Amino acid sequence: MKLLECPMNGVRPLSEFLFGGEYREMPDPDGSDDYEWAGYVHYRDNAPGVKKEWWYHGPSGTWFIAERNTLTDEVLKTYLFGKDPSGKDQTGSKPNKNQTTGTEQSI
Amino acid sequence: MAYQLLKFALGREYKEPRFFRDCQTPKKSYDAVIIGGGGHGLAAAYYLAKDHGITNVAVLERGYIGGGNTGRNTTIVRSNYLTPDGVSFYDASVKLFEGLSTELDINLFYSNRGHFTLAHSESAMRTMRWRAEVNKHVGVKSRVVGTDEISRACPQLDISCSGKAPIQGALYHEPGSIARHDAVAWGYARGADSMGVEIFQNTEVQGIDVKDGRVQGVHTSRGYIATGKVLSAVAGFTPRVCKMVNLQTPIVIHPLQACVSEPMKPWLDTILVSGSLHVYVSQSSRGELVMGSSLDPYEVHSTRSTFDFVEGLTSHIVDMFPFLSNVKIVRQWAGMADITPDFAPIMGNTPVRGFYLDAGWGTWGFKATPISGKTMAYTMANDRPHELIHSFRMSRFEEYELTGEKGAASVGH
Repeated sequence: MKLLECPMNGVRPLSEFLFGGEYREMPDPDGSDDYEWAGYVHYRDNAPGVKKEWWYHGPSGTWFIAERNTLTDEVLKTYLFGKDPSGKDQTGSKPNKNQTTGTEQSI
Repeated sequence: MAYQLLKFALGREYKEPRFFRDCQTPKKSYDAVIIGGGGHGLAAAYYLAKDHGITNVAVLERGYIGGGNTGRNTTIVRSNYLTPDGVSFYDASVKLFEGLSTELDINLFYSNRGHFTLAHSESAMRTMRWRAEVNKHVGVKSRVVGTDEISRACPQLDISCSGKAPIQGALYHEPGSIARHDAVAWGYARGADSMGVEIFQNTEVQGIDVKDGRVQGVHTSRGYIATGKVLSAVAGFTPRVCKMVNLQTPIVIHPLQACVSEPMKPWLDTILVSGSLHVYVSQSSRGELVMGSSLDPYEVHSTRSTFDFVEGLTSHIVDMFPFLSNVKIVRQWAGMADITPDFAPIMGNTPVRGFYLDAGWGTWGFKATPISGKTMAYTMANDRPHELIHSFRMSRFEEYELTGEKGAASVGH
């Protein structure tokens, strides 16, 4: 069985987890028009590669971030949102103009 | 006869007629280039030549024709969808399928079986009634049936599903059929080739040349080809091809797995689907049970298989048919399904002039092969979308006009 490391509970079987989709920066809802908002909701690159994703550990109710290669299905690292061990907490592959640099992003 | 056989046996060469020419060197330019030599791409090439007289066309296939999702699906053809747009579209496809063996002069083993979508709960029954009414309204033969009729059609089925999920009724869809999927690709390839279309296998597209928002040509492993019209019909590779023209889509790739049992004498005449148990099963003309389940739960761009899938699927199959517990699974595989948020395809023009998209086919692509080919050929020839695919246009996402199709395979209700 495939395993995944939950940052709170350690290594667990994959069947305990749910996939939450690619992490994306939300534009300012008040400052963006319908077209921009549709882009945020729907449009994405989605070509294979290392992606930053939301995952959910069901039994403990923990949402966290996994960096995973979607071509080979290898998980590089998992951490709680805003707690990237490498310290650079940059978001997804496509930073947009609203991106802030710290960990105080609204989600 | 005996003499012919002897002569053939003693002969040194066993030449079979080729289905299509073995093209190796592309010309410098074509009127249209189709990326992807699966059923959809080859059908589009066929109808471009047949309906619109555009024969200066190249089909580029990275592997071999029909080796992608065309040869990986569970071969079911049906039109009992939920939205009127979806039902009309798939109904046109079923009608084309019914005459396709004759038109392409190839035996597609098209076998009309009848198709039961089993409902295990009151809410599922409600959806079945809804689908039946929409289908009848559009003129498609679907109706809600009780367990007695299901038992008559398939006496081997345990109506209580081993007590775990008792069946309440079903949506019965009379035109539901199965067909030999790779033959569809081969038939379209031969038809297109005979009208002048050139098919290049083992030919990878490495880039698409776009200038001033217009397609100029494609870079391939066999050199540069100039063209003003490119169709992408590459299913699970769509995000990679779209990246070449800087186009973002809502498509997410999930593997979809399937498997077959060892061959048995014919006993299962109908096609059975259960959304709640995530199972669809039919018996092929070779005697194998062809079985599929729901999508893998997360994005992966690969055709790897998993044990979890076989374990989950077979436990549900045994709930439905306890006597199958000793039957062996002989083969399993996966395809890359290009899933859209509203379970409908993305077809037609794109913001890049001359770049046409036939994508988002997720778990519902094989049954649409003829009609997608026909409508995409129309769209390319006239540079405007065919009316049947209007609601599948890509701009529906930014216009907030999603289709709400939930009749797709593997979609729970």
